[in-house]
Amino acid sequence: MSGATIVAGYALRESLRRRVFAVVLLLTLLFLGLYAYGTAKVFDESESFIVGRNIGTLDTTGFVAATMLGLGMFAILFLATVLAVFLTLGAVRGDAERGLLQPLVVRPLGRTSMLLGRFAAAAAVCVVYVLLVYSATTLIVHEASGRWPDTFVGPGLALAAGSVVIVALALLGSVFLSATANGIVTFMLFGAGLVGGLMQSIADAIGSHSLDRIAHWVSLALPFEALYQAGLHALTADQTGFTGALIQLGPFGSSHAGGPLLDLWAAAYVALALAVAAWGFARSDL
Amino acid sequence: MTPALSVAALHKRYGRTTALHDVDLDVAPGELVGLLGPNGAGKSTLVKIACGLVRASGGRAEVCGAPAGSREARRALGYLAELFRFPGWARAEEVLALHQRLAGSDGGAAERAELLTLVDLHDARDRRVEAMSKGMQQRLGIAQALVGSPRLLLLDEPTSALDPVGRRMVRGLLERLRERGVAVLLNSHLLSEVELICDRVAILAGGRVVAAGRPSELVHAGGVEVETATGVRRFEQATRAQVPELVAGLVRNGEQIYGVRILTSSLEEAYLDAVGGRQEDPAHGTARAEGAA
Repeated sequence: MSGATIVAGYALRESLRRRVFAVVLLLTLLFLGLYAYGTAKVFDESESFIVGRNIGTLDTTGFVAATMLGLGMFAILFLATVLAVFLTLGAVRGDAERGLLQPLVVRPLGRTSMLLGRFAAAAAVCVVYVLLVYSATTLIVHEASGRWPDTFVGPGLALAAGSVVIVALALLGSVFLSATANGIVTFMLFGAGLVGGLMQSIADAIGSHSLDRIAHWVSLALPFEALYQAGLHALTADQTGFTGALIQLGPFGSSHAGGPLLDLWAAAYVALALAVAAWGFARSDL
Repeated sequence: MTPALSVAALHKRYGRTTALHDVDLDVAPGELVGLLGPNGAGKSTLVKIACGLVRASGGRAEVCGAPAGSREARRALGYLAELFRFPGWARAEEVLALHQRLAGSDGGAAERAELLTLVDLHDARDRRVEAMSKGMQQRLGIAQALVGSPRLLLLDEPTSALDPVGRRMVRGLLERLRERGVAVLLNSHLLSEVELICDRVAILAGGRVVAAGRPSELVHAGGVEVETATGVRRFEQATRAQVPELVAGLVRNGEQIYGVRILTSSLEEAYLDAVGGRQEDPAHGTARAEGAA
């Protein structure tokens, strides 16, 4: 068994047996409960004025379903970010400061294997978490509206890939920053991604090319945002006309199609983040 | 024979601070060497360089002939850090099983049982680390360091959280390891402990080795004390070899002799001399009896 696999197994057990996992589970169930309640209420209460009717060419049920799915995507990305940060924020410096790392690092496995094992475990937990919660939210929306996303798998995978990018960033931060500082920085990067998304919405609304360019670069610098937008876009890929335009202007509407180039860039970004983390870890005095 | 640990002209700087300055030290297989020194002397840095946690700025450090920090070197050593922790959620058995996998040990359950028995934790094998006392965790740390039968054991303050019974257990364990040919570098502030079990001692101060040798070589002769009918008489310049002549002279002069003690300084005094702290210790000044007649 390779060193990275052993560390990944250890980190997986740690993820599942630490109290934080129970807290995340509880909060997720709470979120899903509220989400189910809110979704049901939205369709119940809005039925009287828009849902089920067509206002001109507007598919009102599709519009509300897309908005609720967008809300779900946003919440899942946030929860996945919280999970990724908690799993990795102290992986190197934090654990070294607490004395957890030294007994492991002096073993023959090597620091790069150690880092890759931690990454693999955290990424696996986040991907499974995102896919499960995403499936649950789409099921809840389907139960309330009878609608599925235009593509089911794509948005979930894009969101999962976004969470992997956040894991890589948080792990990179853990090499150079203390646990608290790393947590703050990672959440600030997440916030910066959100701001980039809002800028994109504003740019689309007012037709500003400069703002659009800035938002584009932000989403490339923080590819979890670009992946999130690609996921949102895939949710409503088949919506056209007035409904499609309205969804684009909605609170979770600003979205751009992904594609192989974005996937490649995200993969390269994660690889680069891990390479820099491995380089920094190899040169760290513990 | 290849030394278990060989350090030559070892140098380490942290920014502008020099932690180690041209340190030379060898530990032979089966040898128990004590590393002494005040806080900040560079002891932990030396141990950390040996086990690859810290990179040297210059010089050479080898573990069983392999460069310190290399995979081969790490395969040959066991390490207990001064400040260490195991995950609170893990059970004692799980901690050892993880380290067995990481060390490539095929000892399995038999090795784990032997190690837990060795440190008197067999009954606590299923106990979570978070439910253990500090002393128990330290004993688990020692068991962890012994996973995979290392040829060199680097112990940084291994008894700091142990009670006297635990310390005695560790002393016995180190002596057994020495008999098996395991080399031990023991970093400790407990001079009496080091004096009791170590074959050699190296004293570090300001990042330099300021004294080294067998404990008996480091202590100084302190004279001879003779208990007579008229009281205790002290002959500060007398040596062990002069005792028969000294006693004969006193008897010739009509003295009645009830006891003779050969005095030496303690390792603590030798240590204080070496690190320049002798004047700072108000309790200093008592010589110790090596033997009594």
